[in-house]
Amino acid sequence: MSTFDHNMALTGEPPKKMGRGQKMATLLGMSGLGILLLAALNVNFPNKGIWLSISLAAILGGVVWFARAAYGHKHKGIKNDGVWFKSISNAGLFGWLAGIALTGFYIVLYFFPEYLGLVKEGENRGVIALFDPLSRLLSGNPASQWFVYGTLYTVAILAFGIKFIWKYRHNRYEVIRTGSVMFFQTAFAFLIPEIMARLNGNLPYYDLKNMWPLNYYNFEQYRIKSFIASGDLGMAMLIFGILSIFIISPILTYRFGKRWYCSWVCGCGGLAETIGDPFRQLSDKKVSAWKVERWVVHSVVVFVTLMTTAVIYSYLGNDTSKYWLTKNSFLLGVGTILTFIFGWVMLFKRKQLQKDAQYGAIGYFVVIMFLMGIHFYSGEGHIFLFKSETLRKTYGFLIGSIFSGVIGTGFYPLLGNRVWCRFGCPMAAILGFQQRLFSRFRITTNGGQCISCGNCSTYCEMGIDVRAYAQKGENIVRSSCVGCGICSAVCPRGVLKLENGPLKGRIDGNQILLGNDVDLMHLVNGKPS
Amino acid sequence: MEHIVIIGNGISGITAARHIRKLSNKKITIVSAETDYFFSRTALMYVYMGHMKFEHIQPYENWFWEKNRIDLLRGYVTQVNTSEKKLILDESRTLTYDKLVIATGSKPNKFGWPGQDLLGVQGLYSKQDLDQLQADAPNEKICKRAVIVGGGLIGIELAEMLRSRNIPVTFLVRESSFWNGVLPEGESQMINEHILEHHIDLRLETNLAEIQSDVHGRAKAVVTDKGDTIPCDLVGLTAGVSPNIDFLGDSGIVLGRGVKVNRYLETNIDDVYAIGDCAEQHEPIGNRRPIEAVWYTGRMMGETLAQTLCGNKIPYNPGHWFNSAKFLDIEYQTYGWVFSDQTKKENEMHFHWRHPKEKICITVAFDKESRKFLGINTFGIRMRHDIFDRWLSEARDIDHVMEHLKDANFDPEFYDPYESDILTAFNWQFDTQLRMKKKSWQRIFNGT
Repeated sequence: MSTFDHNMALTGEPPKKMGRGQKMATLLGMSGLGILLLAALNVNFPNKGIWLSISLAAILGGVVWFARAAYGHKHKGIKNDGVWFKSISNAGLFGWLAGIALTGFYIVLYFFPEYLGLVKEGENRGVIALFDPLSRLLSGNPASQWFVYGTLYTVAILAFGIKFIWKYRHNRYEVIRTGSVMFFQTAFAFLIPEIMARLNGNLPYYDLKNMWPLNYYNFEQYRIKSFIASGDLGMAMLIFGILSIFIISPILTYRFGKRWYCSWVCGCGGLAETIGDPFRQLSDKKVSAWKVERWVVHSVVVFVTLMTTAVIYSYLGNDTSKYWLTKNSFLLGVGTILTFIFGWVMLFKRKQLQKDAQYGAIGYFVVIMFLMGIHFYSGEGHIFLFKSETLRKTYGFLIGSIFSGVIGTGFYPLLGNRVWCRFGCPMAAILGFQQRLFSRFRITTNGGQCISCGNCSTYCEMGIDVRAYAQKGENIVRSSCVGCGICSAVCPRGVLKLENGPLKGRIDGNQILLGNDVDLMHLVNGKPS
Repeated sequence: MEHIVIIGNGISGITAARHIRKLSNKKITIVSAETDYFFSRTALMYVYMGHMKFEHIQPYENWFWEKNRIDLLRGYVTQVNTSEKKLILDESRTLTYDKLVIATGSKPNKFGWPGQDLLGVQGLYSKQDLDQLQADAPNEKICKRAVIVGGGLIGIELAEMLRSRNIPVTFLVRESSFWNGVLPEGESQMINEHILEHHIDLRLETNLAEIQSDVHGRAKAVVTDKGDTIPCDLVGLTAGVSPNIDFLGDSGIVLGRGVKVNRYLETNIDDVYAIGDCAEQHEPIGNRRPIEAVWYTGRMMGETLAQTLCGNKIPYNPGHWFNSAKFLDIEYQTYGWVFSDQTKKENEMHFHWRHPKEKICITVAFDKESRKFLGINTFGIRMRHDIFDRWLSEARDIDHVMEHLKDANFDPEFYDPYESDILTAFNWQFDTQLRMKKKSWQRIFNGT
């Protein structure tokens, strides 16, 4: 080899080019997206049903082909070679481009649907018109921007779900879990609501697995009215909505941890785990990020609680003879529930909370109670200093649109695939609160086998520094953990296992076993031997 | 304030420093020539493979050290003067200490092969080795073939690394089968097959004779003892490691292969201690080797010495042997002692089970006479450390272990369980009628 070659070697780059199969697959998938783009630019396709089918099939086929070309010829096992060399997955140029494109898409979707071809009165145009045939087939109605979004969302979860399963085919937990999110997205989020709309036009669009507070608008007046107006079925759905958050979810979270929802059922989680998987390593693991996360996500919980209370309060009456639930009894009920939860935590679980969490809880509790107290002095609809309508609109705009959509998904390629779930989702915060304090779920650390390599922390999409616990022999019990199981999958030494076990000794585990003799371990842990 | 100086910022030195800080207010200085901050040596391979960036393999954020008042000093200790209690750094600076901890780890073995110091010839141990490898073997165009010499854990890791960049690899292994000085034959055979599956040119019973140089002093080919010449651009020397203690030559500290220490990790000189890979026990502890170049023993020695230095003198007392590794896609764990066919004693009986299709197997060792359980090797099945540790402490017999195997399983949820197949094979082979017990949280957590 010549000296020239050697100098070249010093600047040599690791291989990161795609193979021919992957390139052609990308081309196929892009051509499917291209049809949608052309439609958005008002190219008028004849036979819209056929062109839509071609487009969606090309996207689906392209992704599946890509997965086959990437993983099909390889042995089953961890497939993270070159993740940090590729600019799409290391927040490089392609990552930024993808981030900008996604963010732009969400801004158009939420705020300028007319650019997608939405026409309020009359025939749709553009890309929305392309989806009309499918929408008519399912619900009988013309498409909206939300139908377009829902269809693409489902196609993305299905296509990238197949890719994910191929990638992790050695790990049955991942395979079954991904099958679950694909099912719930297709059936519950996509098909059932559309078909229900066909069967009963009065029912509000209701994705049954999407519970309050993720579904923050569930108890708004127009929905309650149409639930009640739709007879028994509507009432059943309303009751189910209330039971989901107060009964069903606490039971399931106690038994399995919040993963039963966040990484098995939830649509946001479904998207994050499938199309978002190539970006999971981009989540910030710094302690400072964790601090920000805790304050932001719990503030969203407070916000959504206040907002929903205010909204329901605003349409309730004062007269007990007309309806049993009045403004006053409702507020008292909310106050009682919050006091009960606050009291329970402070009495029995205080030791498990960090100092700043205790201050936060006390601070927020006082603020909520104060705001509720002053409602007697404010005029109609002016609960909590603001008009309930203002609160609702602000929440919908800031949290519902900007945070969960534009930032939450648009920033996948820059901040990781769980930005929304980690920093913004009030549902995740509530489930996480329970997971931390009252659940059988934990990630068990296997004695002293950890070698501090950092794969677990790097690939944790929620930004948990898993290694910090594992290398000390401690179990991982964190409210933010969605139980995706990737830390366990990427561990080269078999150190981590997600499991549901007894509550006793769940956090400390049984005597940690770093390999040294037991007397020393007692000493290190400050426990009497 | 007492000043403790630790040479080496690997897992041993860092663990010692962290625990000294937990227990005391002493002044702590860590000297390293390798890097500014502690990193996980075992994870260097993942940086080359693109699974992680270098910053990801640093277990603590950079502010951690200042916050915990652990001073980090970059420099190479060229001389240790124990009578004046001072170190000379880079032949110029002086650093005085009250207590000295030597935690300098290992260096790759070189056995005097012709050409072993050529350009493009390297081991895989340090951050510098990683940088060198990224320069010399960035891709298959610049490095058209690599030859790895030495069939151990680092050798197979280096092979996996190079294959991740599509670089063709020839793997020279002295033994008749991969790592069969340590692994029983069935397991070693399975790993041989897996190495070939990954398109690695495995050459068993083959030694390095010579590395040939081009006109620029760079390796261009390897000649084996079988007379084959293999053109290559990189030679990886992975025939084990030995303590990195050359700088101690004239210090008066008693050296063997490593720094000689007693069970309290004390050297022959007062206030000088040695921990980790570079420490050599006067007497081996149990079946362990006098020098243990293992991640967790470094950590344990660090913890133990911190206790001693903070006034609670404790002997180094590692528990039951355990270890783990990964051979390409196959995870390996071991608890207790399972010796290879060459090294096992007369009374050691093996039960080996291998999955008919998958690369999954276990070997359980027990005493032929007393049926006492001695140890287990598992490949492709994860097992619970604390369960096996308990069974070893309780001196359980093989029958107990086989019947309660479900308690020990640590595979992720929904994985196929193999305990019944394993037990059936065991019953058939040893003419027993053992019945599988159901998994019990009660036993797993409370031991009853």
